[in-house]
Amino acid sequence: MNRTPKKYVLVMETILAIIVAIYILFPFYMVCVNSAKNTTAITNDPVGLAGASFQQLIINITGVINNTHFNFWRAFASSLIITVLSTGLLILFGSMAAWVISRNQSKKWAAFIYFTFIASMIIPFQVVMLPLVATFRDVGKFIGIPMIQSIPGIVFAYLGFGGAMTVFILVGFIKGIPYELEEAASIDGCAPEQIFFQIIFPLLKPVIMTVTILNGMWIWNDFLLPSMMLGLAGKNKTIPVAVQSFIGSYVTEWSMIMAAALLAIIPMIIFFLFGQKQIVQGMIDGAVKG
Amino acid sequence: MTTFSVGRRVTSFALLIAGIALLVFALVLDFLGLKFYIDLGNGNLDIRGAILVVGIILAIVGIYLFPTLKYHRTIVYGLFLFPLLATFLVTVIIPLFFGIGYSFTDWDGIRVRNVVGLENYVRMFRQPGFLWSILITFLFVFFNVILVNLIGFLLALLCTTKIKALGFFRASYFLPNLIGGIVLGYIWKFIFTSVLTNMLATKSMLSETPTAIAAIVIVYIWQYGGYIMLIYITGLTGVPADTLEAASIDGANPWQTLTKIKIPMIAPTITICTFLTLTSAFKQFDVNLAMTNGSGSIADFMGAYITNGTEMLALNIYSTAISQNQYALSQAKAVLFFIILAVVSIIQVRTSNKKEVTL
Repeated sequence: MNRTPKKYVLVMETILAIIVAIYILFPFYMVCVNSAKNTTAITNDPVGLAGASFQQLIINITGVINNTHFNFWRAFASSLIITVLSTGLLILFGSMAAWVISRNQSKKWAAFIYFTFIASMIIPFQVVMLPLVATFRDVGKFIGIPMIQSIPGIVFAYLGFGGAMTVFILVGFIKGIPYELEEAASIDGCAPEQIFFQIIFPLLKPVIMTVTILNGMWIWNDFLLPSMMLGLAGKNKTIPVAVQSFIGSYVTEWSMIMAAALLAIIPMIIFFLFGQKQIVQGMIDGAVKG
Repeated sequence: MTTFSVGRRVTSFALLIAGIALLVFALVLDFLGLKFYIDLGNGNLDIRGAILVVGIILAIVGIYLFPTLKYHRTIVYGLFLFPLLATFLVTVIIPLFFGIGYSFTDWDGIRVRNVVGLENYVRMFRQPGFLWSILITFLFVFFNVILVNLIGFLLALLCTTKIKALGFFRASYFLPNLIGGIVLGYIWKFIFTSVLTNMLATKSMLSETPTAIAAIVIVYIWQYGGYIMLIYITGLTGVPADTLEAASIDGANPWQTLTKIKIPMIAPTITICTFLTLTSAFKQFDVNLAMTNGSGSIADFMGAYITNGTEMLALNIYSTAISQNQYALSQAKAVLFFIILAVVSIIQVRTSNKKEVTL
């Protein structure tokens, strides 16, 4: 392999890496420190630890949690339900559709559906968001289930928007599964739906990880779609929408904003600490295959 | 082959009929404007929607159990495709066609009164504020793509050296990418307006339009650099070790190894990263909204005084509809945005196809 680099080069590289790390982690430090200060302490010294206390942190956090615009626990529950439901259904329906598409590749209709899905990935959300809300309002009135400001409605929308990417990644994977496997099962008298659920679906495990992470991170952090579908003043809000509605409503006190930011980033950081390897791998696979 | 039992036939037909009946019942209620209530004691519950959903489920199970061997596979295929295609149609395709259609009318978010032809398109190009948005969006995209890729690549080089605690550095560089744009936009707004002013005793970067745009670029690099770094690391570790060894035996210095071997060998990765940053920078919205909400004044742009100095395209489209209530105009701008992104994507597909041929 490479020659061992000279020692001073290694030292320089380490120093550089540390400086970059400090720069990147600095905002996180700012959030932690300043959510434990009151407004005067922030004005006097926003950088140091002076004025930060555990009591003040509790005061700020409870203030944010109980704020009617933020309503942290409710927002957290909404975010969790929406993310888990949308991601789970995307995997189920996405892999079902991807399997049908990749097993009928030579047929015109399957190629057409696949092409439409891929082409739709370039559609920016902005071009559909206004008619989407109008359509959902009308559809909701028509079928008697509210589709805007409702969790079923937004999950439905995420299925529509996440479907293309999910199918694209899954089709790429399913193509690699040998068809002989299905033929053998078919000869043994396996019905097509059994072939899918008992043979193909379990084989999708690694790629389902990728799809879960890509969709989960996108849906958890998404702002524009939930802000249009749920509304900044609606009763169900995801965390990013709650943050915007909270800060946009009345708050100019940085201590409260930092406490809100702290609450908003903690779930993601915890998630990252537990699944770091999978998240990093999922994000890379998503970029390289997408 | 097996024949179907009487039980299965009866179940299938019964479910189908019941499902369709419920479906029709729910729709008839809707057309007649009736509500179907259950009295819960403390209030009435409209179960029209529930009837509809139960009807659809029963009909689907009925179709699934349909006693046919010949068409069973086709039925399964259809049922497997149905959920995703239905949601896709309702959320993407129908709104897309409506959206393009609305851009030629005076749609106000609820109803269309007149068809106005190209009036919205003409109007948007007469708005100096909108032209300014296009201009700074392109500037922003240009600087972002170059800087994010450069910094991501340099970080990747740093993270493929032999320094200790590489895992920690990689993870911390990637960390900002986990946080949504709204939250980190506010965090950085705080840093620019309160922390840096305090530390450096200068005025806030966000108070002047050019520096505010630079601030958004900085935040964007901070958010995206680590992600792009990860992709470059994957590319760099894919460079075969024996090639590098051969180069080092031939006496290549690190600079030659980098420019003559590593960079040419990760050309596909560079293409991926370029287009990834390109499309995401065009769509940049959250950070823009949280940090400046588009504010910033320009004294004289095309003879007009404009107040949306830091407002990029995506945010301009949003505020045209949401703050100014001009839905049709916003829709026309969105169609232009769509065209720009489509052109970028087509160029992307072309270049990556070419790359694959030459490799």
